[in-house]
Amino acid sequence: MSVNAARLSRRSRAAWLKKRVAQTLFSTYGIGAYLFLYLPIVVLVLFSFNDSRSTAQWAGFTTRWYVEMANDRQIILSLWNSVFVAVVSTAISTVIGTLAAMAMERYRFSGKLMMDAVLYLPIIIPDIAMAIMLLIFFNLSGIGFKPWEVLFFGVRLKVPFSVIIGHVAFNISFVAVVVRARLAQMDMTLEEAAGDLYADPWRTFWRVTFPMMLPGILGGALMAFTLSLDDFVITFFTSGAGFNTLPVRVFSMIKKGVTPKINAVSTMMLLFSLLLVGISITLSKGGDSESSIDRAV
Amino acid sequence: MYRFLGKHTSLRAWLLLLPAALWLFVFFVAPLFIVLAYSFLERGTYGGVVWSFTLENFQRVFDPLYFNTFLRSFYIAGVTTLITLILGFPLAGYIATRPAARRGTLVLALMIPFWTNFLIRTYAWLTLLRTNTGLINVTLLSLGLIKEPLSLFGNDFAIILGLVYGWLPDMVLPIFAALDRLDPALIEAARDLYASETKVFWRVIWPLSLPGVVAGSMLVFIPSLGAFVTPAILGGGKSLMIGNIISNQFLAAHDWPFGSALSFVMMTVMLAATLIYFRVTSGKERRQL
Repeated sequence: MSVNAARLSRRSRAAWLKKRVAQTLFSTYGIGAYLFLYLPIVVLVLFSFNDSRSTAQWAGFTTRWYVEMANDRQIILSLWNSVFVAVVSTAISTVIGTLAAMAMERYRFSGKLMMDAVLYLPIIIPDIAMAIMLLIFFNLSGIGFKPWEVLFFGVRLKVPFSVIIGHVAFNISFVAVVVRARLAQMDMTLEEAAGDLYADPWRTFWRVTFPMMLPGILGGALMAFTLSLDDFVITFFTSGAGFNTLPVRVFSMIKKGVTPKINAVSTMMLLFSLLLVGISITLSKGGDSESSIDRAV
Repeated sequence: MYRFLGKHTSLRAWLLLLPAALWLFVFFVAPLFIVLAYSFLERGTYGGVVWSFTLENFQRVFDPLYFNTFLRSFYIAGVTTLITLILGFPLAGYIATRPAARRGTLVLALMIPFWTNFLIRTYAWLTLLRTNTGLINVTLLSLGLIKEPLSLFGNDFAIILGLVYGWLPDMVLPIFAALDRLDPALIEAARDLYASETKVFWRVIWPLSLPGVVAGSMLVFIPSLGAFVTPAILGGGKSLMIGNIISNQFLAAHDWPFGSALSFVMMTVMLAATLIYFRVTSGKERRQL
């Protein structure tokens, strides 16, 4: 053993130590970042059970804010409004967006570049700009903010057409993007095989193409549903007076002051989002497996 | 590939596109042009417009009163983007270097806030930051760590914090996607050639993650510049951004032409940023994101 070898081993041990320290710091940072993302939400949920009006000092466990929420007719009505707007706008935008995605992904035609821009702009443009554009449009065109009076699961709702139109306008683009992504990764040889086996185009579409597209369509629909439920800015500006969806209601409650009741409503909305995430994971897993193709062929 | 399309492909494509084109031209493109037209009109007495041409609205955009808000919005959006990048890059790296089984869970954990209502996430910070009744100040005061409540709310700090919190996943996900695609053999090769860790980062990892960095920065910068909810809630009515000035023209001041001019300038800036983005990244990289 020479002096050199001893020095080398000491140096390599120092390097090893340095690497360990760096890795520990890195892991600590990662965990810290996730804490940063989740702690505010945890605190929010925690204080929805606080037996005091304060959202900063713990005063014991209660569920009274949830009882208050359930008895608040304004909140319940705005919840129904939210669900109705989301269901209707998702249904319309999923059909329209899927058709558009097929055209954009499968065809070459004149005007494609322009249509690409028109489809991408609603995603890029900030909410506030789109909101005031629609506000001016509904005012000027005379369409106004007339409500659609419907009976939805036994609840009488008055939902302005303008809100639904606005939601569809931004959802089409998101559905189109999601469905296009699915179309792009689909294996075209299966469709060609169907054609080789003398299936007519109509049959090929319904037996091969559509089942393969389905996970993308459902994913797009789920995205549209979530965006519609979550939207505040565009709804706020296109609803005229007196119409609230849940986010609009929450915003005006926040403006009046912080109470654990808002925490309770937020927790309920959070649970609903988690449910939607769960569904979307199940869907994307189903899309990756061979089962959909097996069923199709 | 195009064997089932028949002869009149252009016609068929437009038939499929017809509903989307109609909806978007009537309810998006037309309103866009109406806003442009409105920005050249004079304001009416009670919220309407007078149909006579003027450039006054655009001159007012450069009035220091409003222009300073514009500059401040740029500053806030820029700082937000920079901070999310500094926080987000190592986080993306952390996720990318975990074992494959954990990676999925970590990405999912990033997606959950992404699917959660933005308004609620902003409200969560309101309950933490408020001056006299916020959790942070109440806790620090009761522990005796501070004597006076810290001013964490109603200022640029609160807005930037809210925006960073809200848009961090949007920065991390594209960077993670880029790092995930990065071939580890390239890093090994650099190390075999005696590159220092710093050099490995700046000469190999950084250039290859650049498409993700650019995409993430766009996804953070644009909504931050047009932010409305965050300054409305965390700015406490004192600290405003351009989104609030625009909404005020419609909700309070009833000056629709001026509000139109402001939002038109804002959209132009964003469009310019987007075009630069499309220039910087090649078409192939965009598709992968």
